[in-house]
Amino acid sequence: MIVPLLMVLQMTTMSDVDVLKNGPGLTIGDEFGNNLDKALFGASGFSGENTGLNMFKNSLILGVGFALGKIVISMMAAYGIVYFRLRFATFAFWLIFTTLLLPLEVRILPSYEIVQKLGLLNSYTGLILPLVASATATFFFRQFFLSVPEELSEAARIDGAGPIKYFIDILVPLSRTMIAAIFIIMFVYGWNQYLWPTMITTDEGMFTLLRGIKQITQTMYDGQIPEYGRGNLLALLAVIPPVAVVVFFQSWFVKGLTESDK
Amino acid sequence: MKRATFNNKWLPLFFLLPQLSIIVIFFYWPAWQALRLSFYLEDPFGFGSTFVGFDNYRDIFNNAEYLRIAGFTIVFSVSVTFLSLAIALLFAVKADKVIRGARTYRTLLMWVYAVAPPVAGFIFLVMFSQRWGPITEFLAQFGYDFRVGLDYTDTAIVMITASVWKQIPINFIFFLSGLQSIPRSVMEAARIDNASAQRRFWDVTFPLLAPTGFFLLITNFTYSLFDTFGTIDTVLRGEPASNPMTLVYKVYVDGFRGNDLGGSSAQSVILMVLVLAMTIFQFRLVERRIHYT
Repeated sequence: MIVPLLMVLQMTTMSDVDVLKNGPGLTIGDEFGNNLDKALFGASGFSGENTGLNMFKNSLILGVGFALGKIVISMMAAYGIVYFRLRFATFAFWLIFTTLLLPLEVRILPSYEIVQKLGLLNSYTGLILPLVASATATFFFRQFFLSVPEELSEAARIDGAGPIKYFIDILVPLSRTMIAAIFIIMFVYGWNQYLWPTMITTDEGMFTLLRGIKQITQTMYDGQIPEYGRGNLLALLAVIPPVAVVVFFQSWFVKGLTESDK
Repeated sequence: MKRATFNNKWLPLFFLLPQLSIIVIFFYWPAWQALRLSFYLEDPFGFGSTFVGFDNYRDIFNNAEYLRIAGFTIVFSVSVTFLSLAIALLFAVKADKVIRGARTYRTLLMWVYAVAPPVAGFIFLVMFSQRWGPITEFLAQFGYDFRVGLDYTDTAIVMITASVWKQIPINFIFFLSGLQSIPRSVMEAARIDNASAQRRFWDVTFPLLAPTGFFLLITNFTYSLFDTFGTIDTVLRGEPASNPMTLVYKVYVDGFRGNDLGGSSAQSVILMVLVLAMTIFQFRLVERRIHYT
């Protein structure tokens, strides 16, 4: 399972001509610095804004923004559902949880049209919000809140804490591990988005690394001497953050996955 | 769900409003649009649209190309689901026996989960590269000329391999935690009954893994339908030509490139119905057939 990664890694240390002649090998070349420089700062495309560093920044904004947005919004919604008596509670519940059934991919075109109508093409808002419109995290938080002992909120009420104080001072700190697990899963999910960024970003300054994968493969197939070093390094760059997160936080991650039926 | 601790009229609304508004704008509105557009023939240049009833659907089902793509999607999804489940189960059974180094083993596998689908496609394009791809060279020794991007079957093989490779880790994690939750006493009882290792697996372990397996079956099928988009797009390098593609890819190609909004929307609706049917099927079967321990 790990061989493909090693191969990509090895190819980032070789010069393009070398790869062209011999393909991936077993020796470590000395071109890493040079390739890294090209990958991070070299611009491709027409505008010159499409550098590796810029794509990295955009991916980071998408991953973190998506994870944070999702957590804040779904924690609030789950709190509203679990802790209050609502007249339209069942209706709201269904409205939210039907979204679990249909992935973004099946309504991709109308979603694009709506984002266009709202003037959100090529913006971080347009990139993030439509992805947030699904109830996965709300579902996890609802389950979690239901498992918090009821006595806690009663005690808080007797002590004179209002619902907002209870939420911020007691429930949020109590959900720390849950929040961390969901953050990890959502960050990986957001970072790894491809179809949606591909559709709504046409401005090269807005490309994410994965949106840039198209460019990356082109640099490897077209041109006189294909830019293998650069292509492989950009692919590696697209892999490192989510892999690092998953490997470092694996126990939380596994917990998040298995306890909540993603 | 009986808890209702706080009585307040407007506060719950305040808590629910952000999520509800996002869902209405970015979920219900587009879903409704897809349904509505599927009954219209849209002018590609934006000059109005005409109501055509079920014509778009009729066109789809009479279209030989669409049916061929649907056929390929079935082959693709079934192979990806079957292979990734089978290989992951094999790995999990092996890992369950290893007690020392289990964490390392898990780490070695799990990083792949975090690799994005397009990157998986990219990696396998490199592995199968026509010029010097290690696997291509390996196959060439047997006299097989592998041509990804040019040969229909070869391209399909790369798509499937990349998708399976990427899906194994997550199945592995689920299977492993399923295996570890099987009580030791049950396995010991089977061992005392002197059943062979194989019999023990098929008679005891396998049925106890069924709930996990069934859950994975559905998620893997959904994965192979939708999440493989990135892998496929990378392997095809955005130019399907005469290469295979899946139904979701076709929605994208027809709607986004071909500007056939009505037809593309009708295809979306067909996919929605398919996913809904799968979900309902899942719930019913889970309730009836599968015994939880």
